[in-house]
Amino acid sequence: MNGHLLSIADLTRADLEEVLDVTDSMVEVSSRAIPKVPALRGRTVVSLFYEDSTRTRLSFDTAAKRLSADTMSFAVSSSSVNKGESVRDTIETIEAMGIDAVVVRHRSSGVPAQIASWTDAVVINAGDGWHQHPTQALLDSYTIRSHRGSLDRLHIGIVGDVKHSRVARSDIEAFTKLGARVTLVAPPTLLPPSTSPWDVAVSHDLDSVIPTLDVCYLLRMQRERMTEALVPTLREYTACFGLTSQRADRLPSDALIMHPGPMNRGVEIASEVADRPNAVITEQVANGVAVRMSVLFLLLGPGRAALPPLDTPAATVTTTLDSGETK
Amino acid sequence: MAERERRLTRPYGGVFVARTRVMNAEDIHRAVRRMAHEILERNHGVDDLVVIGLQTGGVDLAQALAASLGEIEELGPDDAPVPVGVLDVALHRDDIGIRPVLPEEVTEIPVDLDGRTVILVDDVLFTGRTIRAALEAMGTYGRPRAVQLAVMIDRGHRELPIRPDYVGKNIPTRRDELVDVTMIGVELGELQKP
Repeated sequence: MNGHLLSIADLTRADLEEVLDVTDSMVEVSSRAIPKVPALRGRTVVSLFYEDSTRTRLSFDTAAKRLSADTMSFAVSSSSVNKGESVRDTIETIEAMGIDAVVVRHRSSGVPAQIASWTDAVVINAGDGWHQHPTQALLDSYTIRSHRGSLDRLHIGIVGDVKHSRVARSDIEAFTKLGARVTLVAPPTLLPPSTSPWDVAVSHDLDSVIPTLDVCYLLRMQRERMTEALVPTLREYTACFGLTSQRADRLPSDALIMHPGPMNRGVEIASEVADRPNAVITEQVANGVAVRMSVLFLLLGPGRAALPPLDTPAATVTTTLDSGETK
Repeated sequence: MAERERRLTRPYGGVFVARTRVMNAEDIHRAVRRMAHEILERNHGVDDLVVIGLQTGGVDLAQALAASLGEIEELGPDDAPVPVGVLDVALHRDDIGIRPVLPEEVTEIPVDLDGRTVILVDDVLFTGRTIRAALEAMGTYGRPRAVQLAVMIDRGHRELPIRPDYVGKNIPTRRDELVDVTMIGVELGELQKP
C-alpha cells in the first residue's frame, strides 16, 4: 500500500492481503496487558469528521493511540466551519500545524480525493457520501477471513440498500478481489442504476439466496439518506428483505451474519438474530481497531518508498557451496 | 551443489549468495547443547525459565534450545516442558521510517513473564537494535526477574551497550556481509540487490 487510502479500487489483492496479514499482529497487540506499541511515536493523526460518526472516529482514535501516534480531533460543530471556512482553508490551517495523516469523513463523494490533491499528509477516507468506506471493507474482510481462513470461493450476500451504501461499494470490490462470489439482494429501487462494473450477481428474492450463503451481510436502511419513497413501508421491507428469525434458521449452520452498524433492530435484522452466536457484529467493531492500526502503520510507518513492488517474488537464496563441507 | 530457497525477512529484496559455510548442522546441534548446559549451570535448572525466540531467525533455535534443556534435565512426558514463546519486535523498532519494517508473524508469549527468567534467543547478534526493541516489547507482557541473551552467531558491530550471555560462535565480519543461520548450517555471504 502506498500514498493514501481513498478507495478499495486503488488496491490490488496483494495490498489487501498485506493489510490483513499485518492486522493479525495488531490483534495480538490489542490483546496485550498494555496494548500500546511505539511504532508511530511522534506522528500526528487528525480526524476530520464532517458527518456524524461514533464508531469509526473512536476506532481510528484508539488505533492511532495504540500505535503511540498523537491524535487531534476536529469536531465540525465546534469549529470555524460554522463561520463559513472552506474545506481547503481548514486543511491548509491544520496542515500548517504539522500533521502526518488526515482521516476524513464527508457527506459528499470525492472530498477525501480532493483533499489528497491539496495536502502532503496521508489522507485516509473514513467514508465519503455514497462512494467508499475502505476501512469498513477491510475490517469486514478480516472478520470473514478470521472465521473462514480465506474469502476464496465463499458466497457472500449483500442485502439491502446498496444504492445509498458506501459500505456496499467498498465491500463488493474488496470481497470480489479476495476471490469471493457476491450476490446483491435488494428491491430494484435500492440498487444503483447499473451493477455492470462489478462482477456480481443480483437477486430480488432473499429467500432463494439464503440457503446458499456463507456470509449474510445486511446493510442499514439509511433513513437519513432516503428522500424518495423507495420502499412502500419499512414493514414491507422487513417482510421481504429483513433477516427474520425464520430466514436466519434457513442459513447454513456455519454462515456468518454481519452488519456494519448501527443496526435498526426489527427492520433489516430481527433483534433476536443480531444476538445469535454466528452474528459477528461486535467482532467487526473490535477488528475495526486492529485493521485501522494496520492501515495507519502501513501508510505512516515503514519507509515504504524504498521497497520493491509487492508482486516481485520473495528473495531466493542460492547456495553454490558443496554440501557438508565446513570451512 | 547444495541449493535451497529461503525467504529473507520481508520486505527485503535481493538474492543472498553464500560464500563460506562456517558451521554445519552438527556444529549447530553441538552449540545448542553447550548453550543449554551453560543456561542450566547458570540458572540451576529449568524452574521459572521461559525461552523466547525472536521472529524469525530465533524461532527454530528457541525450539531446539528448549528441547535440549528438557533432554538434559530429563523431563518426562508428565513434567511441564520448558515454555517457548515467539516475539516479533517490528512495532518496537527504533528504525521504523528509516528502513522498511513490517511485522512478520504474530507474537505468542505462552506464560506470564512476571518473576520468570527469560532466555531471549536470536540467530545473529549484530547492532543490538533488535534486542533493544525486544527488551522494550517484553515490558508490555510483564516484568521478568532476569533476561539473558542467547545467540548462535555474534558478528560484532554493536551500536548499543548490549552483550550476549550465551554464544554459539563468534564470527568477525564486515558490515556489508550477511550471515545466514538455519538449523542446517551457518553461511557467510553477500546480499545481491536485484
